[in-house]
Amino acid sequence: MIGAQDIPVIPRGVRMQFDRVRDRWVLLAPERTVALDEIGRAILSEIDGARSFGQITAGLAARYAAPEDQIAADSRGFLGTLIERRFLEVK
Amino acid sequence: MTVTPPIAMLAELTHRCPLSCPYCSNPVELTRRDAELDTAQWADVFRQAADLGVLQLHLSGGEPVTRRDLVDLVIAAREAGLYTNLITSGIGLTEKRLKELDEAGLDHIQLSLQGTDADMADRIGGYRGGFARKMDVARWIGEIGFPLTLNAVLHRQNLHQLPRAIEMAVEMGARRIEVATVQFHGWALMNRDALMPTREQAREADAIVAEARARLKGVLVIDYVRADYHNDYPKRCMGGWGSTGINVAPDGLVLPCHAAQTIPGLVFDRTQDRPLREIWYEGSAFNAYRGTDWMPEPCASCERKTIDFGGCRCQAMALVGNASATDPTCIKSPHHAALQARADAFAAGPTEFTARAAAG
Repeated sequence: MIGAQDIPVIPRGVRMQFDRVRDRWVLLAPERTVALDEIGRAILSEIDGARSFGQITAGLAARYAAPEDQIAADSRGFLGTLIERRFLEVK
Repeated sequence: MTVTPPIAMLAELTHRCPLSCPYCSNPVELTRRDAELDTAQWADVFRQAADLGVLQLHLSGGEPVTRRDLVDLVIAAREAGLYTNLITSGIGLTEKRLKELDEAGLDHIQLSLQGTDADMADRIGGYRGGFARKMDVARWIGEIGFPLTLNAVLHRQNLHQLPRAIEMAVEMGARRIEVATVQFHGWALMNRDALMPTREQAREADAIVAEARARLKGVLVIDYVRADYHNDYPKRCMGGWGSTGINVAPDGLVLPCHAAQTIPGLVFDRTQDRPLREIWYEGSAFNAYRGTDWMPEPCASCERKTIDFGGCRCQAMALVGNASATDPTCIKSPHHAALQARADAFAAGPTEFTARAAAG
């Protein structure tokens, strides 16, 4: 499970792209495509390979004026799934 | 019925290949080099594909590396906005060419594995020294940093090597391994007696995969195609006919799946003659088995009809001579029991096989 100090990294071969035909954002990974909702896209957009998971969720909580616990729990679940599928790494 | 855009394209750039695997997915009638689409024609197909909604492009063959313009094709695919995957045996790739592919923007490599040692791999691939070359290529892929998927095709003669194949994927730093039991079309159908796994092997593979998935969670993703002749439900072939995937053969023929030409009566369009969009939405072959309206019983009233879409049309054709029939690997097919008995007989067959021919 991803902790507050962990730094999430989008590895090589995984990238976000706008799917112009279906009018949505997707995460493209090796032989897989994940459709992103607004929250998923917001979380992934914050990942820069430098900031920790805790910093990212604090930033999102401030921006969306939402409870940080809630943001962290939602993000942890989403990113956890991506880590399991090898679409995301932590350092 | 609402037809949705395709998400993936398999571009069979060529049927030429230095290997001659007895389960090759290319048709038995191979396309000659002089009939292959040229660089500009492929680039146009890639742009049309992206406009149509394709996001994932698989550059395959034959051996796609035999195309001298492969780097230019990768550049064209990336310019079109496609996620670009190279499906290769590795034979013909040099470190220099891999670096060029890296610069061209290649996203991912899928490397095939014919066996986990030179004896097995070179016998199945029919190419002496191939395994050693592949190991070099795997090392260069790792050094450059390409994301890697290992693709292990399993059959009776190499299934005992599955645990080692999974270990090798981890050692190579692959994020994913495809463990695919041979699907019996074309060349593999011709070699069915030599390749059919036994029922015991099929169960053993299930157990090995289940154990490895639990143990390697977060390390290695394992995609698994089971031995359908030994199971009770068919595979969800192509995610449903004409629903997600589109194949283009070396000569520009546009197909709903790589074996679709084995179904008599289907008419296919060529990308040189008709826009890809029109072929996808209006082409008669794509509409032949799209959705569920074509289904006979027991599929039509089956609760699984949108789970597996009646299984594989080409397999129904090959096994019972009727492409509209329920895939006989399904327990609800009247041919299921007979097929399971036949599968056991195939698995007791001789091990000699016919190697795939060379494309002219």
